[in-house]
Amino acid sequence: MELTGAEIIIECLKAEDIDYVFGYPGGAVLHIYDAFYKQDDVQHILVRHEQGATHAADGYARATGKPGVVLVTSGPGATNAVTGIATAYMDSIPMIVITGQVPKHLIGNDAFQEVDSVGITRPIVKHNFLINDVNDIAETFKKAFYVATTGRPGPVVIDIPKDITAEKVAFEYPSEINMRSYNPAVVADEGQIKKAVELMVKAERPMIYSGGGVIIGNGSEQLRTFTRSLGYPITQTLMGLGAFPASDPLSVGMLGMHGTYEANMGMHHSDLLIAIGARFDDRVTGALEKFCPDAKIIHIDIDPASISKNVKVDVPIVGEVTQVLDAVNALLEKAAEKTNKGAIEKWWAQINEWRAQDCLKYDRESEIIKPQFVIEELHKVTNGDAYITSDVGQHQMFAAQYYGFDKPRRWINSGGLGTMGFGLPAALGVKLAFPNEEVACITGESSIQMCLQELSTCKQYGLPIKIINLNNGYMGMVRQWQEFFYEKRYAMSYFDALPDFVALAESYGHVGIKVEKTADVRPALEEAFKQKDRLVFLDFITDREENVYPMIPSGAGLNEMILV
Amino acid sequence: MVYEENKTEAVEMRHIISILLENEAGALSRVAGLFSARAYNIESLTVAPTDDPSLSRMTLVTTGTDEIVEQVCKQLNKLVDVVKLVNLTDDVHVERELILIKLVAEDERRDEVKRIMDIFHGHVIDMTDTTYTVEVTGDSEKIDAVLKALEHITMLEVVRSGQLGMARGDKGIV
Repeated sequence: MELTGAEIIIECLKAEDIDYVFGYPGGAVLHIYDAFYKQDDVQHILVRHEQGATHAADGYARATGKPGVVLVTSGPGATNAVTGIATAYMDSIPMIVITGQVPKHLIGNDAFQEVDSVGITRPIVKHNFLINDVNDIAETFKKAFYVATTGRPGPVVIDIPKDITAEKVAFEYPSEINMRSYNPAVVADEGQIKKAVELMVKAERPMIYSGGGVIIGNGSEQLRTFTRSLGYPITQTLMGLGAFPASDPLSVGMLGMHGTYEANMGMHHSDLLIAIGARFDDRVTGALEKFCPDAKIIHIDIDPASISKNVKVDVPIVGEVTQVLDAVNALLEKAAEKTNKGAIEKWWAQINEWRAQDCLKYDRESEIIKPQFVIEELHKVTNGDAYITSDVGQHQMFAAQYYGFDKPRRWINSGGLGTMGFGLPAALGVKLAFPNEEVACITGESSIQMCLQELSTCKQYGLPIKIINLNNGYMGMVRQWQEFFYEKRYAMSYFDALPDFVALAESYGHVGIKVEKTADVRPALEEAFKQKDRLVFLDFITDREENVYPMIPSGAGLNEMILV
Repeated sequence: MVYEENKTEAVEMRHIISILLENEAGALSRVAGLFSARAYNIESLTVAPTDDPSLSRMTLVTTGTDEIVEQVCKQLNKLVDVVKLVNLTDDVHVERELILIKLVAEDERRDEVKRIMDIFHGHVIDMTDTTYTVEVTGDSEKIDAVLKALEHITMLEVVRSGQLGMARGDKGIV
């Protein structure tokens, strides 16, 4: 039987087991929307802005591990999606973005709502396609999903001219795909693994530094076995939180610009760094010339281009995290007992001394609400088990520092690109994937306004997420930098006119609660989570000039932190 | 101390990289875009289909420290359109470039240009009453030498193809 291009697209999504598509209609995709209308297998979630669609699909992908799918129209539809595509690209999130395009004969003609979507998105996708022939749709989709979800994952854009979606052709979805130019399957070198294990056993001041790759590669179990069999300290990046439980005594917390004292000092003084699925980002390393001066470095990563990109590595291991750590763990079954117990004991004593600094302390007696306190109370009210999305800024760092993630895929934030506006739509995507789990979006009064319109989407689909708005009236992180480095000249980092967030939430049909006193934080949170079927917008009026500590100023080394 | 510091300075070297890539729309811009996005140098770049029309062969000349060029190669290899990549610099290889020059050739200059072309095994491939168009092939040193030899003659137009390269020996790129 012959199907239209639009119907073929739906069939491809069904074949890939896609349950939700996040999108927004427009001229170039009307045939596809018509095909959506005629079926019930794939549910379309109508967002209020294409950026919201990409973040929602992204949140869905981060929480489930499945690819998120986006459908937008040509021109502004595609350009509005760009921020979300770049967000997913920076954090290696599998995503398929279908962009409508003007009919083939108009391409290059400056037609209405025409942009070169493939050209615009080229540097922010793992790969992209412009389909020229209805016969190519099925194979292109197969390739797109294959590329997006294998190796180091990433977003793939498929640009489809409108005329093709109306043409008819027989449909057959390829059962497998072979691309001569793309071979993501890598088997790690055994010799390298042995060499790494030898170094691990001999280490006197080891530090495990794990990143988002462990979560994306579903390597949490292996990481736990690995870390516990060695009994070495582990620090995790912003993207890696939850792969190893924060509550485990082996965890020394997050590292980097706003990492803990013990994590950063441990990194700096280590003699062996075991990097797993982490990419030595500048927010993690601080000044490169001062980075881990005494350490030999083992780096396990799926992407060869991540190896020795910023920091020269001694033992590179390219492979899937699960496969590599399984192999390492097998060797450690015998080798782990040979570790240098005396040295490791001394090392832990040193780390515990750093830990005693209590670098995350803050004024818990304050009557003015401390943002840190809200996060700690949120942890208690949700038993530390909620899916937490965040926007970008101080609240994001407070969430990373104080929520204490014990499970992977629970902490969903834009780490690489740092996209304000990510949190709310991402939470929407997570809640669709896990309707019975608690989902909270930790945000600030500046970030939330960047994708605020998605409150309407939440209403339409009945998504009772909880919004934790840490409202200090400033773009907090910008203000903090201005305080530290620009002599408190707060240029453009505050709003003269903020909305009444309670009234705003109510106008969208949600519940709004304003909280102004520390004593009211806990009851307000409890009340919010009691309302199982309502979105509750909690507007916490917090200390206006609280700062995120510790902090490593740019150009400084990991041992040069500013403490409280 | 001065010597030690100099020793540690990373040396920038010229590298010639050969790439087989899918002969598809956009493949070239992926490569070119990668260089501009990551602030890598391109000295020259040539690309054309091979005997297999589904493949293009690209020769790219870049300069950088060993670390940077290693990153360049890794990033290029990551592009989905790249089928195979070889850094020819690592091994013995041949390089060729073609130059076309249109120059003013009048009176005694007409003989002089022909003599220079003989020396460099070049050819005059077009002429008018007042000009010659000449072609020379060779490695980049030779091409530079030709330009130097013709320096005193008015050149109306110069076009260089950029380097082509191939490893010596009996092995192919795939």
